[in-house]
Amino acid sequence: MAAAAELTLLEKSLGLSKGNKYSAQGERQIPVLQTNNGPSLTGLTTIAAHLVKQADKEYLLGSTPEEKAVVQQWLEYRVTRVDGRSSKDDIRAVLKDLNSYLEDKVYLTGYNFTLADILLYYGLHRFICQFLWPSVISPVTHCSLEVISPVQGSPHEQAVTRDY
Amino acid sequence: MRLFVSEGAPGSLPVLAAAGRAQGRAELLVSTVGPEECVVPFLTRPRVPVLQLDSGNYLFSTSAICRYFFLLSGWEQDDLTNQWLEWEATELQPALSTALYYLVVQGKKGEDVLGPVRRALMHIDHSLSRRSSPFLAGETESLADIVLWGALYPLLQDPSYLPEELGALHSWFQTLSSQEPCQRAAETVLKQQGVLALRPYLQKQPQPCSLEGRVVSNEPEEEELATLSEEEIAVAVAAWEKGLEGLPPLRPQQNPVLPVAGERNVLITSALPYVNNVPHLGNIIGCVLSADVFARYCRLRQWNTLYLCGTDEYGTATETKALEEGLTPQEICDKYHAVHADIYRWFNISFDFFGRTTTAQQTKITQDIFQRLLARGFVLQDTVEQLRCEQCARFLADRFVEGVCPFCGYEEARGDQCDKCGKLINAIELKKPQCKVCRSCPVVRSSQHLFLDLPKLGTRVEEWLERTLPGSDWTPNARFITRSWLRDGLKPRCITRDLKWGTPVPLEGFEDKVFYVWFDATIGYLSITANYTDQWEKWWKNPEQVSLYQFMAKDNVPFHGIVFPSSALGAEDNYTLVSHLIATEYLNYEDGKFSKSRGVGVFGDMAQDTGIPADIWRFYLLYIRPEGQDSAFSWTDMLFKNNSELLNNLGNFINRAGMFVSKFFGGFVPEMLLTSDDQRLLTHVALELQHYHQLLEKVRIRDALRSILTISRHGNQYIQVNEPWKRIKGGEADRQRAGTVTGLAVNIAALLSVMLQPYMPTVSAAIQAQLQLPPPACRALPTGFLCTLPAGHQIGTVSPLFQKLENDQIESLKQRFSGGQAKASPKTAAGLTAAGPQQVQALMEDVAKQGDTVRELKAQKADKNQIAAEVAKLLDLKKQLALAEGRPLETLKGKKKK
Repeated sequence: MAAAAELTLLEKSLGLSKGNKYSAQGERQIPVLQTNNGPSLTGLTTIAAHLVKQADKEYLLGSTPEEKAVVQQWLEYRVTRVDGRSSKDDIRAVLKDLNSYLEDKVYLTGYNFTLADILLYYGLHRFICQFLWPSVISPVTHCSLEVISPVQGSPHEQAVTRDY
Repeated sequence: MRLFVSEGAPGSLPVLAAAGRAQGRAELLVSTVGPEECVVPFLTRPRVPVLQLDSGNYLFSTSAICRYFFLLSGWEQDDLTNQWLEWEATELQPALSTALYYLVVQGKKGEDVLGPVRRALMHIDHSLSRRSSPFLAGETESLADIVLWGALYPLLQDPSYLPEELGALHSWFQTLSSQEPCQRAAETVLKQQGVLALRPYLQKQPQPCSLEGRVVSNEPEEEELATLSEEEIAVAVAAWEKGLEGLPPLRPQQNPVLPVAGERNVLITSALPYVNNVPHLGNIIGCVLSADVFARYCRLRQWNTLYLCGTDEYGTATETKALEEGLTPQEICDKYHAVHADIYRWFNISFDFFGRTTTAQQTKITQDIFQRLLARGFVLQDTVEQLRCEQCARFLADRFVEGVCPFCGYEEARGDQCDKCGKLINAIELKKPQCKVCRSCPVVRSSQHLFLDLPKLGTRVEEWLERTLPGSDWTPNARFITRSWLRDGLKPRCITRDLKWGTPVPLEGFEDKVFYVWFDATIGYLSITANYTDQWEKWWKNPEQVSLYQFMAKDNVPFHGIVFPSSALGAEDNYTLVSHLIATEYLNYEDGKFSKSRGVGVFGDMAQDTGIPADIWRFYLLYIRPEGQDSAFSWTDMLFKNNSELLNNLGNFINRAGMFVSKFFGGFVPEMLLTSDDQRLLTHVALELQHYHQLLEKVRIRDALRSILTISRHGNQYIQVNEPWKRIKGGEADRQRAGTVTGLAVNIAALLSVMLQPYMPTVSAAIQAQLQLPPPACRALPTGFLCTLPAGHQIGTVSPLFQKLENDQIESLKQRFSGGQAKASPKTAAGLTAAGPQQVQALMEDVAKQGDTVRELKAQKADKNQIAAEVAKLLDLKKQLALAEGRPLETLKGKKKK
């Protein structure tokens, strides 16, 4: 999914009414948001965090210093480890790590649903739909990813139920 | 909480600095683990540093750990910091790990290491200088600064990987490096071993994935459109709206040009060409043409500029040539000085004065400097073992001896310098010496000579360089050559020769000797100025007010960077010394070297006979200027660049913009109502113009030319997207829109004409005449993009600027300059004989002349029949030329009348 489309979905999920326009920069098509009151913002997770604040849902960025750092860590994981990987081995390693991390957790920060869950979900969605067969994913990941479907009415809820 | 680190893991740097900075260190336990130890249970691959929190959770991302420390100290997250951290993780780290891998694991150096990270470094530098704040995301140093500093420190602590032109990055890095938490982190991690401390860790890491399958390309990278802030747009629009009012006051033209107190006084010299060699394209781009672009640019900036050059005329080679041609040395110099002057005139080199070294002023100034050096004890006397050719009955000048280089074993080393290793050679040290004239083996004889005591002057030169180099625009090769000379230690250098044709030595016992050209040739700049104005000392004894830029190829660096400054410093007469030494690398011809004797390559006087206009030569030579590395002239590439960049990009844009004004708006610039898209384009153009200025101020001539082409590419795209030719047929709103697009486009064309002036002066003037650009706007290039063609301005007649170069034309030129002219053309059509080269040349000249006539007539809108008659003549000449060259007639295509 192109980053702009992903951000538009996020806006909807956050209940932001005004649709922003995004441009893309460079070979990796990094999204750019031109804001009205200030300089433009570049980068998927940067813009996503900005939108969360705009929607007054800052709890999605974590409440304690620890949660905040953990959220940002997984956002970074999303853009460095999940994006741009195409080999099956890479994807398998990512899923394996995530699976063992999530074994004793409901969400990435433990028990609170955050932006990290949303973006990781978006990022993994294409692999789970296109490349992988259910056998690589243990029931826990499977389950966790299904729980993650973010906000009511998101088209992704349907996607998950359709594929799995 | 517990921090796990590993010896030499680069991530420890920012983490420790952040811990120190955010004062979280007291409660922090640090454990050192092996580089392959898996600390985090859920990660397959080992990762350090890792922070284990009291909750049992792990932070395994370096940035997240740093962020956590900052959050603990009460810091609030913000968008700009997030953006920097995301950029660090996705853009900087891949580039940096490649560079560090090359440097530390593979032991590569220089550009190999810097190459992968250069763009990232420039990005930081631009952001810092644009924000005009010393830090990345706030008024004080914060998370983003610590994370980026920590990432960059291992590389940038070696000054050779911190390019000096990136001034903002430089001072940001120094500021952070001097802070206590950063210093302590650096000591802990690098242990004063520099970047090598990272080796034990990096060796165990997999090769960075960005190394695999990377495509190396010489083609210009696709320009990405930078994102614009509202502020940038507002600034650009405000500048635009000022219009002609925004032009700087024009400097009145003076003669002679003299320095003015309180102004920017720029003195520019290009290396003095040796009089009896016709310069080849490499010589032209290396000095006179490069210096010309810079001089023209300085004048456009309204800086007080003087550009000088001249022929270097003394020496044995002139004496020998005189013997050959049966003339006196002076007559030889007169003859060839005129040849040089003609060539540079043809190339449109804008010297304020083109002088020569065989003048009374030269003798006066050289002898004065010598007397001062002698009086101050900087001249030594010694007996020299010298090579003498008994057969030719004379002492051999260095350049008349060839042999095997004593340092590298190169077989064709010259007596003064080895072309291969670049080391200077004492002629008698050459192995197997040969007289270059008669090929006999010279003998060693002794003779009394004078020496410049360079070892005694070394400290002064070093001190001067230490003051001069930082922050200056000396090219990297000039810095490198000068430094390596000083490092190898200076030796006394002989400054006299057993010759007649030179500046006499004013000392008893030396009446039959002259100064060695390398002592007095660089003094030529001073004497040439003295012949230009009797107030020459205002330029040359005025280091406080004058910036001296000297242009040359890299082989001349030692004489301008060390030898002349030594003489000048030793003379203690407050001489102006070089502030910016601009040295090019070498230009090759196709796959080899230029060679006069073998007839390989294009020489200055022949360029005129190719029928290709001087501006096209200038453009292509500047486009491939050996800036940073050697480059090669290639006919095919020249054809390609002419047809793609000039014809299809630049020429096409300027012509379309002008044609729309003529065709749709009766020659009057239409009303412009800028939409936000137009303002955006205007801002992109303004930023590219700024970039052009930044580059040219740093004498990055080749790179600045790219900015011009980038702007015209934007322009073409703008026209293409907005389709004014369709809108003009639409309703009121559409016609209005067509007007705005046309108006903005023609103003961009006007801006381009001025930016192009240093590179292609004739084309620039042609555009300005077509657009009827007001004269003040032609003479000054402000830093902002102004509307210089306001609504209602009437333009002149628009016509195409460039001609297509055809394949067969280029093929025949390639053949002609390949050294094989003597061979008969193999492709001679049946029944026709190829003519001799002189005849071909004569015909080519005729074709070129006739072409000019036709173009002139067309430009003057002359009578149609008259033009047709001249065109017929031209076609006939071309036909004759094709026959003479033995080209089959079928290749004369494209002239068929339908």
